[in-house]
Amino acid sequence: MGLGGWPILSIITFLPAVGALLILLTPADGHRARTIAFIVTLIDFLLTLLLWAKFDIGTADFQFVETFAWLGSGITYKMGVDGISVLFVVLTGLLMPICIVASEAIHTRLREYMIAFLMLEALMIGVFCALDLVVFYAFFEGGLIPMFLIIGVWGGPRRVYATFKFFLYTLFGSVLMLLAIMAIYWQTGTTDIAALLDGAHRIPTAMQPWLWFAFLASFAVKLPMWPVHTWLPDAHVEAPTAGSVVLAAILLKMGGYGFLRFSLPMFPVASEQFAPLIFALSLIAIVYTSLVALAQEDMKKLIAYSSVAHMGLVSLGTFTFSHEGIDGAIFQMLSHGIVSGALFLCVGVIYDRMHTRLISAYGGLVNRMPIYATCFMVFTLANVGLPGTSGFVGEFLTLLAAFRTNTWLAIVGTTGVILSAAYALWLYRRVIYGVLDKQSLKAIADLSPREIAFMAPLVVITIALGVYPKPIFDVTRASVAHLVELHHQGVAAAEADAKLAEGGRP
Amino acid sequence: MNALGIDIGILAPEFILAIGAMALMMLGVFMGDRSQRLLSYLAIALFLVAGGTALMGEGRSVAFGGGFIADGFARFAKVLVLGGAAFVLIMGQSYVDRQKMNRFEFPILVTFSVLGMMLMASAGDFLTLYLSMELQSLALYVLAAFDRDNLRSTEAGLKYFVLGALSSGMMLYGISLIYGFAGTVTFEKVAMVVQSGGVSLGLLFGLVFLISGLAFKVSAVPFHMWTPDVYEGAPTPITAFFSASPKIAAMALFVRVMVSSFPDALDQWRQIIIFIAILSMALGAVAAIGQNNIKRLMAYSSIANMGFILVGLAAGTAQGVEGVLIYLAIYLVTNIGVFACILGMRRGGHMVENISDLAGLAQARPGYAFVFSMLMFSLAGIPPLAGFFAKFYVFLAAIRGGLYPLAVIGVLTSVVGAYYYLRIVKIIYFDEPAPEFERDIGPSLSAIIAAAGVFTVFFLVGAAPLVSAAEAAAASLFP
Repeated sequence: MGLGGWPILSIITFLPAVGALLILLTPADGHRARTIAFIVTLIDFLLTLLLWAKFDIGTADFQFVETFAWLGSGITYKMGVDGISVLFVVLTGLLMPICIVASEAIHTRLREYMIAFLMLEALMIGVFCALDLVVFYAFFEGGLIPMFLIIGVWGGPRRVYATFKFFLYTLFGSVLMLLAIMAIYWQTGTTDIAALLDGAHRIPTAMQPWLWFAFLASFAVKLPMWPVHTWLPDAHVEAPTAGSVVLAAILLKMGGYGFLRFSLPMFPVASEQFAPLIFALSLIAIVYTSLVALAQEDMKKLIAYSSVAHMGLVSLGTFTFSHEGIDGAIFQMLSHGIVSGALFLCVGVIYDRMHTRLISAYGGLVNRMPIYATCFMVFTLANVGLPGTSGFVGEFLTLLAAFRTNTWLAIVGTTGVILSAAYALWLYRRVIYGVLDKQSLKAIADLSPREIAFMAPLVVITIALGVYPKPIFDVTRASVAHLVELHHQGVAAAEADAKLAEGGRP
Repeated sequence: MNALGIDIGILAPEFILAIGAMALMMLGVFMGDRSQRLLSYLAIALFLVAGGTALMGEGRSVAFGGGFIADGFARFAKVLVLGGAAFVLIMGQSYVDRQKMNRFEFPILVTFSVLGMMLMASAGDFLTLYLSMELQSLALYVLAAFDRDNLRSTEAGLKYFVLGALSSGMMLYGISLIYGFAGTVTFEKVAMVVQSGGVSLGLLFGLVFLISGLAFKVSAVPFHMWTPDVYEGAPTPITAFFSASPKIAAMALFVRVMVSSFPDALDQWRQIIIFIAILSMALGAVAAIGQNNIKRLMAYSSIANMGFILVGLAAGTAQGVEGVLIYLAIYLVTNIGVFACILGMRRGGHMVENISDLAGLAQARPGYAFVFSMLMFSLAGIPPLAGFFAKFYVFLAAIRGGLYPLAVIGVLTSVVGAYYYLRIVKIIYFDEPAPEFERDIGPSLSAIIAAAGVFTVFFLVGAAPLVSAAEAAAASLFP
């Protein structure tokens, strides 16, 4: 069980919750709360790195599995990771200390802020580690509570509207998934994800479309897919910087992760059957939201729409059911997690100085902020998908897989890359280049050492993964191969059943 | 065995309560109003003893020729009823002192109504059903009007009485029809008649009237009209009591009547239950949105909750009953917690009841605000809080029973309902602070609020014992 007898996944998951409790117990002092939160998230990150180091890349099985009795009747507390989920745990671990450091501008109700973020981290890591559907759901939904408070308490002027929209949209999608989970439970007698994936508990072909759509309702809202993406720009714009980072970098990934973990292997026939629907929605998302991004005047909104477009590539790659497509989708999610998170941090940096996110309020920043301009450039280019940055690898693989599935998919999908170059570079030009003629910008200061401290690792990772993506693929390879195999087995078995039924008819 | 031909031990908890209540009454009469506090503590002690005695019972025993059944199901409901009443007496103490309502009848009336509820949970025939329900209701009518110099309170009492009498009449009419067509008043014998002869039109009519009367008691739509007015008008600790113990007893009775006297008419009564469940969930979710008074809002919330519980009953299976029992237990604690929080809303020597009075509570009183919001999230059914598991088990049963449309409508109304719970959280956390509440809410109220918070947040850790207890209790209804 776990690692060397330790339930390492539970430790990683609940350590931040313990940290939150610690803050609760210390006297009301915001500064100390920040320190505790930073130390706890840092330790948690180191533990996730340990997890990665000890991860056996040779097997597709779930590792570090822990099981405890929970509700009885087949519902247990079960945790474990495989090649698909382990890197998301690491990503979450990486971004949280950065978020804490980047929250320097928060001064009101600091203790509650830190507690909310620590609880959020616990719940997010739990989502990626859970190996029981009910446990997964509890973590998946539970994350709404701290996020609701983070946007609502520390957000911008329209925070109440944005946070209600975020909460109710996500809840609406999720409750349908809950019913589907119950149906799976009665059909198979278990909610153990590993057992449901082993091929012995196949879900009847007739049930699959219903369940698939119920899961889609949840994941499509979370990813988000067009046309249920409208909560995202509002939530992103109103959330405090660190909240936007977490939303873009981790919460969105839960949708993509859900498709990989549940939709593809558990409902293979339905996935196959409705893949064209996903393709259509993904392509609309890629083209439409990219165009919308071009028209934005608010930097955060622009990045939010670009997130929707990039997530479109993820769903596109996932539903090609090929090794390249899924590898690409996972890589794209990880890369987007880092790049979009970093872009929101970049916006946060100048927002903290100027208190506006309007693109037109800036211009010529390169003159005063050369280091900032360099960082922003790296992330912008990664967002565009320039070779040599992490953005390229994922986009290239998903489009490659799309090309093999259908030429048109690739052609329309690739326009997204071109459009992303248009809006991202145009944003960069308007904010960074040009003449520094605005009086208010004359005295703007470049990155402080603290800001460099959280930007530098992200710059390094963005470039490192672009040049040498092998460590990521090493981890995912076995699990993705297994996933693709499971999916095709499921489809083949269903076809065989159908043939048998047909042959049995007189 | 004795002259009555029954084993007194079966009825021990009820005897203890009945004799104890009469003793308390004598004590009250001789000592006057100053004994109110003493009587409350004695009543709580009485509840503890009765609860302990009830828990000592084992298996299923029957008295009065099937008129009284002591089984696992009854014990589960009784413990909840007693617990709810005890907590209400504890948290009502400072309220009745301050509001000059400290008359000795208060704990005595609560004890008598609890006695009625205990009998309701154990009712095995229609006579026990009716008599125990009336015993309970009469005490409750008086309690609703207990603040007798207050116009709203007396109005609440009168309204409750008139509508309650109407529903009792309907139920009695239904019972007489069932007796006329089945020739018996015992649940089990009615079940045998239905099994052998099917559901005749007369029985069906009786069933409909019976369900109407029971739906009134649990305040399910369309028999809910009294709920918001009575909740708002009655003194707050008594509203807390209304929302807790009587609902549990009535729902336990509802479940027992349906499951043990009409098991073979499942298809007939299920349609009605589904109908009132959907209406209750929908009305509860939508009508609460416009409310400004927190007690009125909680009235609609309890209507919606009853709808969710009826989803479990609609399944008509042991899983369904298990879901109902788990829901009732969690609902009880959550509701007690919420009303304890409401009792803490006091400013300048007066109770305040508007939702807007909670504005910015999180900044002045973080702990209190945290528990209040967690209770709201729990009522909205957000995991990993307790309320999620309540909904989880009733919908699990509904899915098992193939009631997919009901389950889908149910969860969608829970999303609508989440809006008004969130609105309270929004007012507590996001709004600018209103003038602060009085800080001194008393140690007992603080303890109850803290306990409710711990239960709500950490329920998931210790869920298994409750689930298995509910499972065993539900199984006792399905021999």
